[in-house]
Amino acid sequence: MGDFLVWVVWVLAAFACLGSGIAVVTFSNPFYSALALIGNLASLAVLYLLLAAEFVAAAQVLVYAGAVMVMFLFVIAYVGQRADTVWTGGPSWQFVGGVLAGGAILVEVIIAIGLGASGRLRDEADIDAAFGSPAEIGRLFLTDHLLAFEITSIVLLVAAVGGVVLGGQSRRVPEEEASLGR
Amino acid sequence: MMGPEIPLYLTVASFLFATGALGVLLRRNPLIVLLSLEIMLNGANLAFISFARRLGDGDGQIFAVAVMAVAASEVVVGLGLVVALHRRDLELDVDRLSTLRG
Repeated sequence: MGDFLVWVVWVLAAFACLGSGIAVVTFSNPFYSALALIGNLASLAVLYLLLAAEFVAAAQVLVYAGAVMVMFLFVIAYVGQRADTVWTGGPSWQFVGGVLAGGAILVEVIIAIGLGASGRLRDEADIDAAFGSPAEIGRLFLTDHLLAFEITSIVLLVAAVGGVVLGGQSRRVPEEEASLGR
Repeated sequence: MMGPEIPLYLTVASFLFATGALGVLLRRNPLIVLLSLEIMLNGANLAFISFARRLGDGDGQIFAVAVMAVAASEVVVGLGLVVALHRRDLELDVDRLSTLRG
């Protein structure tokens, strides 16, 4: 019975995930795309919970669906009507080439995983209740992965400085205008 | 493990990655290109967490959290670029932004 319920939740979350992913790519209005991405992130959080990754699921909802997507929606609202551009463009060979490249990536990933790990993926390791808990993640971050933790903080700092530099130029420089051909 | 096996999760992850790649390749609006990039990163994250569950090892989850931090940084810089484009009255179209082309 419990197994059946998990299957139902998995099927719902997986199809919501794939459907909203396709919706993000196909909507012409970026506002609706961003809303679809929030659904995508939420259904992914359900999949993470099924994989015993409680902390990552919570961080996904808080950081991604909360902070990052709110920032996205702010910028889309700031840019306004100009955000609506044509769906796609360019010559039709570009479209065909894009679809072929996307399909090639899918086949490549499936073949790589299938060949590299076929048959050995089914038997999951036994895990205890602490697996994926905030305490376990915190312990790993502050012991085995301390360097990654510190580097992540530097990456975030550099990104914050870059965001201020990119967004903070309000005055136009004449030479820049000339180089842009206007 | 109750419910589906790890290969099904990996299939979902591959399809998510390919969907995001299609969006990055086909769409010309930088905002939607950024959203598609998020889908690609999340596909990779799902694969990381599936493998972490398979191996019973928390390192994959650590990597997923680090990827989320990198994704947040990428969004900050990408949205900064979009705002800068908007300030200069440039068209939001990645095919038309060719000033830096050599």
